[in-house]
Amino acid sequence: MPGKLKVRIVAGRHLPVMDRASDLTDAFVEVKFGNTTFKTDVFPKSLNPQWNSEWFKFEVDDEDLQDEPLQITVLDHDTYSANDAIGKVYIDIDPLLSSEAATVISGWFPIYDTIHGIRGEINVVVKVDLFNDLNRFRQSSCGVKFFCTTSIPKCYKVVTVHGFVEELVVNEDPEYQWIDRIRTPRASNEARQRLISLMSGELQRKIGLKVLEMGGNAVVGYLQCFDLEGESGLVVRAIGTACTLDKLSNPSAALLPACNSPSKEIKETPFSEDPNPNTHSSGPSTPLKNQTYSFSPSKSYSRQSSSSDTDLSLTPKTGMGSGGSAGKEGGPPKTLLRQQTQTALEQREFPFFTLTCFPPGFLVHVGGVVSARSVKLLDRIHNPAFVGIMGNTRSYKLLDWNSFSADEPETRDAWWEEIRQEIKSHAKALGCHAVIGYSESTSICEEVCILSASGTAAVLNPKFLQDGSLDNYSEHRLSRQPTYFSTGSEKGEFDFFPLSKDSSSVLGLEEPSPPSCGFCHIPYDELNMPFPAHLTYCYNCRKQKVPDVLFTTIDLPVEAAVTGKGCLIQARLCRLKKKAQGEANATAISNLLPFMEYELHTQLMNKLKLRGMNALFGLRIQISVGENMLVGLASATGVYLTALPTPGGIQIAGKTPSDMTYEQHISNMQKKINDTIAKNKELYEITPPKLFTLDPEVSTFKGQNTEISEEVIGSPIPEPRQRSRIFRSHSESSDEISELDLSHGKKDAFVLEIDDADAVEDIHSLLIDAPLPAGFYSCNTEIMPGIYNWTTGLQMFTSVRVFRLNNVNLTNQGLNKIFNDLCENLLKSLYFKLRSMIPCCLCHVNFTVAVPEDELIQVAVTAVAMTFDKDQAQESWKASVDKALMKVIAENEEQLQFPLELCSDSPGAQLFSPRKGTGLLESASAQAIPGAQRATSVEYSSFANRCNSWIELVKVKALTIRRGSIKTTSSLEKASPQAEGHARVRSTTAYTGSTITVVKMTPLSFIPGAKIIKYVGIINMFFIRETTSLREEGGVSGFLHAFIAEVFAMVRAHVAALGGNAVVSYIMKECVFMENPNKNQAQCLINVSGDAVIFVRESELEAIPVQPQTTSSQASNSGADVTT
Amino acid sequence: MAMELDVFVGNTTIMDEDVYLLWLDGYTVSDAVSMRMKSGILEQCGASQDVLESDTMDHYRTFQMTERLLHNPSKLVNQLLFQIPPHRQNMLIERWGGGAAIVKITVQKCYKILNPFSPSLAPSLPPSLALTGRYYAFDEAFVREVLGKKLSKGTKKDLDDVSAKTGITLKSCRRQFDNFKRVFKVVEEMKGPLVENIHQNFLLSDRLARDYAAIVFFANSRFETGKKKLQYLTFEDFAFCAEQLIQNWTLGAVDSMVEDMDVDLDKEFLQDLKDLKVLITDKDMMDQHKSLVCTALRGKLQVFSEMEGSFKNLSRGLVNIAGKLMNNKDVRDLFIDLVEKFIEPCKSDKWSLNDVRLFLTQHTNSVRALDAFKHQAVWERYMRVIQSCILKMYHD
Repeated sequence: MPGKLKVRIVAGRHLPVMDRASDLTDAFVEVKFGNTTFKTDVFPKSLNPQWNSEWFKFEVDDEDLQDEPLQITVLDHDTYSANDAIGKVYIDIDPLLSSEAATVISGWFPIYDTIHGIRGEINVVVKVDLFNDLNRFRQSSCGVKFFCTTSIPKCYKVVTVHGFVEELVVNEDPEYQWIDRIRTPRASNEARQRLISLMSGELQRKIGLKVLEMGGNAVVGYLQCFDLEGESGLVVRAIGTACTLDKLSNPSAALLPACNSPSKEIKETPFSEDPNPNTHSSGPSTPLKNQTYSFSPSKSYSRQSSSSDTDLSLTPKTGMGSGGSAGKEGGPPKTLLRQQTQTALEQREFPFFTLTCFPPGFLVHVGGVVSARSVKLLDRIHNPAFVGIMGNTRSYKLLDWNSFSADEPETRDAWWEEIRQEIKSHAKALGCHAVIGYSESTSICEEVCILSASGTAAVLNPKFLQDGSLDNYSEHRLSRQPTYFSTGSEKGEFDFFPLSKDSSSVLGLEEPSPPSCGFCHIPYDELNMPFPAHLTYCYNCRKQKVPDVLFTTIDLPVEAAVTGKGCLIQARLCRLKKKAQGEANATAISNLLPFMEYELHTQLMNKLKLRGMNALFGLRIQISVGENMLVGLASATGVYLTALPTPGGIQIAGKTPSDMTYEQHISNMQKKINDTIAKNKELYEITPPKLFTLDPEVSTFKGQNTEISEEVIGSPIPEPRQRSRIFRSHSESSDEISELDLSHGKKDAFVLEIDDADAVEDIHSLLIDAPLPAGFYSCNTEIMPGIYNWTTGLQMFTSVRVFRLNNVNLTNQGLNKIFNDLCENLLKSLYFKLRSMIPCCLCHVNFTVAVPEDELIQVAVTAVAMTFDKDQAQESWKASVDKALMKVIAENEEQLQFPLELCSDSPGAQLFSPRKGTGLLESASAQAIPGAQRATSVEYSSFANRCNSWIELVKVKALTIRRGSIKTTSSLEKASPQAEGHARVRSTTAYTGSTITVVKMTPLSFIPGAKIIKYVGIINMFFIRETTSLREEGGVSGFLHAFIAEVFAMVRAHVAALGGNAVVSYIMKECVFMENPNKNQAQCLINVSGDAVIFVRESELEAIPVQPQTTSSQASNSGADVTT
Repeated sequence: MAMELDVFVGNTTIMDEDVYLLWLDGYTVSDAVSMRMKSGILEQCGASQDVLESDTMDHYRTFQMTERLLHNPSKLVNQLLFQIPPHRQNMLIERWGGGAAIVKITVQKCYKILNPFSPSLAPSLPPSLALTGRYYAFDEAFVREVLGKKLSKGTKKDLDDVSAKTGITLKSCRRQFDNFKRVFKVVEEMKGPLVENIHQNFLLSDRLARDYAAIVFFANSRFETGKKKLQYLTFEDFAFCAEQLIQNWTLGAVDSMVEDMDVDLDKEFLQDLKDLKVLITDKDMMDQHKSLVCTALRGKLQVFSEMEGSFKNLSRGLVNIAGKLMNNKDVRDLFIDLVEKFIEPCKSDKWSLNDVRLFLTQHTNSVRALDAFKHQAVWERYMRVIQSCILKMYHD
């Protein structure tokens, strides 16, 4: 009996009139938890009852506390007939179970009815007394914190990242039980809501147990999803990243979000420390997309690197992945550390991370996007006798489509396991040992289900990963520099960079990759490239190889060097499909998938080039299945990474250069495209630094044309050249020359051949993407690259559109156009609506597409519009960067022991590693030393680069001298340890006029201009709304509009009751809308989640004279943290 | 091919002031769209017509949903459904709904959406005050049509005539009518000052609350305001008179804690008014009164001879009005009587406003000197109102 739940019902207000005669209501309340129910007295004849009940006490297991929601039902007492229910409130008490979250839930909750919507409000107080239970066999996991945020939460520091956790629970869907035929829609909806609430609780508890097992205390990047499979059941599944988090002792050190402060603090990984730091001496990466179309276990096929394969035929799964690449990995360039990390990670079942944003230094290299899809057939429930079994029993009723024998149950677990294995092996093939920014999704239509998973293959710094083989190593490090880990995602990293660079440059050695480009460097051995890719030397450091284009699913690392601004890039595609049943349907879908992926990729690539950019972040490809079509939508944020080569233009080529008018047409089009690129470059302020213009052709190489092989003309890569390219070394400039020599002829032009109407259509659609209105930017990542000074304007919104296709004889092109227009118009509408916020940026633009019915396409968007200050953009940012640098240095100096100690080690290690790496390659590279025409320019550039680093070094040193003054600032700012209490007082007093707290909502993990001082609990809510009077409620739009507003209201009320004043990382995961206009009915299901937080405005917290939300304050805060 | 569903919901409810006004004025979505297009908004924002349609629809839906709350503005303050920012520009609390609104549009040509980001704040205002104020604002032309009428279903049925006559959309007429009726019902039987009650219950600005008090008062006593002879009077004239009546002739003027105190006239007082008849029935007294007035006004009045000639008529008129007020029906005719019995004769003799003022003041005060007259208090309570009403109503 380890918990006592106490509930008090205070009052109600705005209740609906339940008695027509008196225009009043005789309300009372039932409070139910588990199987226990309490009732309040009836408060007669009032619409604003004051119950002031006693404390209702429930004595329950903590297991139940985690699983069960508190259920409050408001009823109207009726002497003669049954009492009428007014509505319900479900309260998730999980936040009360963690000592660090909320301590009491108290406030006004909307009373919700699935048929009538919100009907008044009720004031409730909930508390939990938890007794410690030391039983090690317990089934509960109270106290494990859950965060939706996909980065380290702001007021925590990460001690260890344990890794991937997943779980799923399955049940019957009450909507499809036989009893549903006789009960009311309300009863059925409520059964469903309650069940899902229970299942989420159970799921969370089970994941919590796994986390405790791993030694962690929190789940970050927690993503829970529902699969409504109709008759075959209801699946609730979740993935997350287990971590050990420590609360930062000083609340004022709960820092600003990273994005407010794109801190250019040098967050260099201390490679000097690594026993064998040659992690980055190897190979290439390119936007590789590995896809698997495993149709069934028996017929499982996979296809890899659609980006480069001309041949789309499916190759057997065994042909790639673990076997092949594992062998290659063992090659000589592999270093000891690498292997260590590798093995460490390999010991985990899945080295996946749902995080998209990492503490500095965590991310070493990024390989590219890996994804896998699988088409499954859901089996019918043969035996409904087991209906209603809940709890720990997992019903094995979900059968793989071709294993009809019920004796051989195939669970969802196995399906996902299969997909995750695919992902893992794809990552391996990319020379990466981990997958970051990992997510999973499904699309279900009737009995067909597409399971998708995607992530970004990456090499991570093992410091943060606790593992057996690394124990000594990490402990050693931990003991030496505990504060190294105390950074949160923000900062606080030591600056080893100047020092190690110092030593290395003195010695004339290759420096470790600077943070601004390190992650772009190819993670794997270029000798064994898993796909043809085009590599060049990094434009930033000139030392490592980078791909020409980089695709990732993660957020742009804060330390990355970016030129200009970013923008939202979408690829949209519809494909018609014949209606079919069962196996035939599944086959048809899985046959279509590769083509869709391919085309989406082509579109993305074209649009990226059209904008003059070279990298995509936050890539999310969604493929939704409907009865007669597949809809694909890929969204990402394009940026120009300074480290990557300038993307080439797009060239159009006609097939038959005979007709003059045709030629004319083509040249017109070419001109249009060139103009667009030029315009875009201006718009996004893409002006690559001078350095690049010195050798513009370094990047050019025809090989990249293979990216879109079908539309490419131009000669194939000559074999010897390829060899020469591969066998080059890192250190010899002569080698670079050899590569330069390769680049002539057509160079980097991206060629589109117009040979049929399709191609014309493609080009046309490429160009019709409406330009952004002046003052607007958009991206689907957390922050917009290139915008740094956010002001406090914040507007989160959801917009939903459903389009009906009346035209029966649609072609693929026609459909594409419609879909494209739908998305474009939606965006245009958003810009119009939010015009008063200009200049502003739509961040985290999250599109979801669905095909709810035969001829319907549904698009839902959730995003946040944030205002920024246009004028002081550049300079203040630069100033703040400088300041940040100062502070960082200051901070470092304060812990002098560590850096110095470490530095003394470093030169040796530094010396050792590159030599080894180059040495191995030298012999090979010697073969290829063709002409030396461009030698000078290359020499110059690398010289300039070196100069730059010297200048930087000098600057850094100069700044270090000013440490004294900085120290005073940081000590001044110590003055806010009571920030939290202070803030709470404020938040309560600020709104004396109205009882309602303003609750901000944002899909981002931070609030501009404010500091998150406490996480009060995870919000995970599921609502159903149904109507049988659709017309009366204003049609489908009126119905959905009201429902979404109600969902927002309920989320806000729960957050406010937890004591919070904002929701961060808010996401609408599901919005399933069904209508039957003929019957005047509609139903909608919405699932939302986020993290409830308490934030304090910077200006309220402390008067910082400089721009409140820039790096300086952040840095100084952490400075305070360190000194106290 | 058609857009089946199209919604936009913000966490902070976005409300476009101009669309709100169009909605209040009862325009359909398509009318509103074409009116917005004429305003040049599309050129400013580079948007297309369907964008505007979608936006207008969203706003209309939002307003329809808020309407339920607007009917009970005290609910609006602590409702949870819409997050309407607490900092709100104080631009919507205007008295003369329609008219003032149009002026506002031109002032605020920039089509600013009400949102929390606008830096100029009016933190003193509760969040929803502005909305309410605008919702409860009414058109001058409309209120003149229904002022003093019974707020019944019958009147509501005739609103299409009102709409045709005033050019205000029927929808808007209905809303305004319903607002009157709603306020009337709520405050009708409340204790305490009328204006204060309206202010409390509907969160209206002081000025708007006063106007509503007048409307409620007129509706309750059913004063006739629609006759041709009264057409020249504005709502403001009547509102002023109503205030005078409320302050002097109702129960509330005597006892501040009675039900209906500000709505119903003090019956006892009306009974007492009969006693004033002596002023015209007693010949001596009347002569004495006349000579007192004439002596005092000699040389001061431009129209002295006309006054001297019509004194008895005017005096008789004023006292007779008083005498009739005990009958409900005659109470309704108060204003028409004032016009017929006093204002028109004076106007035909070209009295100036100042002449009227001097005459009425002297006429009232001279009664004190009449020793035989025993009803000084009643007379003064009566004349205080009559005097200020006539002065307010004495214009073209």
